[in-house]
Amino acid sequence: MNNALEFERPIIELEDKIHELESFIRENEVDLSHEIDILKNKLDNIKKNIYNNLTPWQKVKIARLLDRPTTLEYIERIFTDFIELHGDRLYRDDYAIIGGIGLLDGIPVTVIGHQKGRDTKENIKRNFGMAHPEGYRKALRLMEQAEKFERPVIMFIDTPGAYCGIGAEERGQGEAIATNLLQMSKLKIPIIVVVIGEGGSGGALALGIGDRVCMLEHSVYSVISPEGLSSILWKDASLAEKAAEIMKLTAQDLLELNIIDKVIEEPLGGAHKDVDLVSSNIKNYIVKELTELLKLDSNTLLDMRYQRIRKIGV
Amino acid sequence: MISEFLRKKKKYVTINLNEKEDKKKTSMNIEFANRIVEKDIDEKIWIKCSNCSEILLSEDVEKNLYICNKCDYHFRMGARDRLSIVLDENSFKEYDKELKITNPLDFPGYSEKISKALEKSGEDEAVITGEGKINGIQAVVCAMEPKFMMGSMGCVVGEKISRAIERATRKRLPLIIFSASGGARMQEGILSLMQMAKTSAALSRFSEKRLPYVSVLTDPTTGGVTASFAMLGDIIISEPGALIGFAGPRVIEQTIRQRLPEGFQRAEFLKERGFVDKIVHRKNLREILFKILYIHTLEGEVNE
Ligand SMILES: [Zn+2]
Repeated sequence: MNNALEFERPIIELEDKIHELESFIRENEVDLSHEIDILKNKLDNIKKNIYNNLTPWQKVKIARLLDRPTTLEYIERIFTDFIELHGDRLYRDDYAIIGGIGLLDGIPVTVIGHQKGRDTKENIKRNFGMAHPEGYRKALRLMEQAEKFERPVIMFIDTPGAYCGIGAEERGQGEAIATNLLQMSKLKIPIIVVVIGEGGSGGALALGIGDRVCMLEHSVYSVISPEGLSSILWKDASLAEKAAEIMKLTAQDLLELNIIDKVIEEPLGGAHKDVDLVSSNIKNYIVKELTELLKLDSNTLLDMRYQRIRKIGV
Repeated sequence: MISEFLRKKKKYVTINLNEKEDKKKTSMNIEFANRIVEKDIDEKIWIKCSNCSEILLSEDVEKNLYICNKCDYHFRMGARDRLSIVLDENSFKEYDKELKITNPLDFPGYSEKISKALEKSGEDEAVITGEGKINGIQAVVCAMEPKFMMGSMGCVVGEKISRAIERATRKRLPLIIFSASGGARMQEGILSLMQMAKTSAALSRFSEKRLPYVSVLTDPTTGGVTASFAMLGDIIISEPGALIGFAGPRVIEQTIRQRLPEGFQRAEFLKERGFVDKIVHRKNLREILFKILYIHTLEGEVNE
């Protein structure tokens, strides 16, 4: 509970109180089960009240939690025989994006996703899930390999954005992202995109074109971070909360804007409370949609993918 | 009507190349600021070169294709002016003029910003699309307008460019896009981001028909435009000195906490790194574009 968020404090306090009372009962052998029941009931209500009414900023906080399950946690639970593959064959391996091959209920698939670290050390290795051009190029290499062997691609999106640095610019960050957008729009295999945490701008979109795009309930997806927006609008990154309110960045907003096809449910409190449950929710969705997509010939698939993107905006 | 008036008026008023006001409001890679030209001189008549600081007659600069006659610095130029220096006279037929900008996310303050942009640029959006001729060769041409909210790409910009690409595909015409943009337009949020996908997907279909696309990068080409159609040309040309990058220099400096080297993210740097085919002086732009189109001579226009 070290990573509890500010707005979760009433929940933590009440949970502590219940724990205290329970140990008091154990030590003093008194019967306070009625009181405990009342408190537990109250806890349930508080939880529901808080988690069912999360503000956009609170969702941003949950989406960025260090505890939040990452691509690797989902891969472990959804696919079997996963083999990670490395490198873009041009420059180096980028640990901010992982990819490989495996089985989804016996169907061969390629799986690619941004990978954040689960602790500080890993986050440094993985650059907090912010990829360099070689990361996007590795992803493209694996997608093209998937096309060659007629494997569907499953994408997991979880990045604050493409990395902004000298090397990234020198090696063509813009070109790498642009090329992925173009190529993904014509890959002749089904692509399903799952936004599991943060969908940060071009760095997210570079893995984000697919035949189905879904988002976890408390994930976010936006053109710029709330901090970035608030520093542009009000010259003050600390007004990010206010910025989040106007950005329309939650999964629910994106569903309403017809940019995504589905919001996948998370347990009360967020995906980290029950990774197995969320994995099985994701898997059910992927399997169901893939079954439909695999029936389509590639021309129909690509036409539908094009129309899906084409209609956004005007 | 208003835009017509402003367009005419501009001839006398001079070129308003820079916008101090915007400089205050924008930063980062979405819309980042121009170099400032000091406004203490009467800029109806005079303009100061951002590079060599020479005070120049606006009229001379305009006559010289908006290039400093002392140091060759290429000033930013508006979309109409751009088309007029590249295309055969009276050959341009504009597409989709009726597509009007909206505020799709009800973003606070955006409508006011749009009004200002309309007034300042004399255009309805940050891109003009259509078809025209270069020495008689027909092409679909898009030119971005840096004075309209830093040429940022929202839904209408993405739609106009996508439609132009689709028209070029159907009519089997070559495509030229002049980019000048701070990137995706934050006021249209995620919808702007998706325009990157839309334009790139349209280009993918264009490319499959083996039609040529020449991308011309002008100052500045950054953010979501760099990360989509600007970097997808079969041939990528840049004007000298143009700022080209994914992240804006200021964002990078904030991220890495150090000053960027001289010339970083300039056209010459990108060419050296292998991301630009050729740097072309504005005086030679029309000729080079003609040669490229000529070499790619197609079997001819297919009527829609
Ligand atoms: Zn000069």
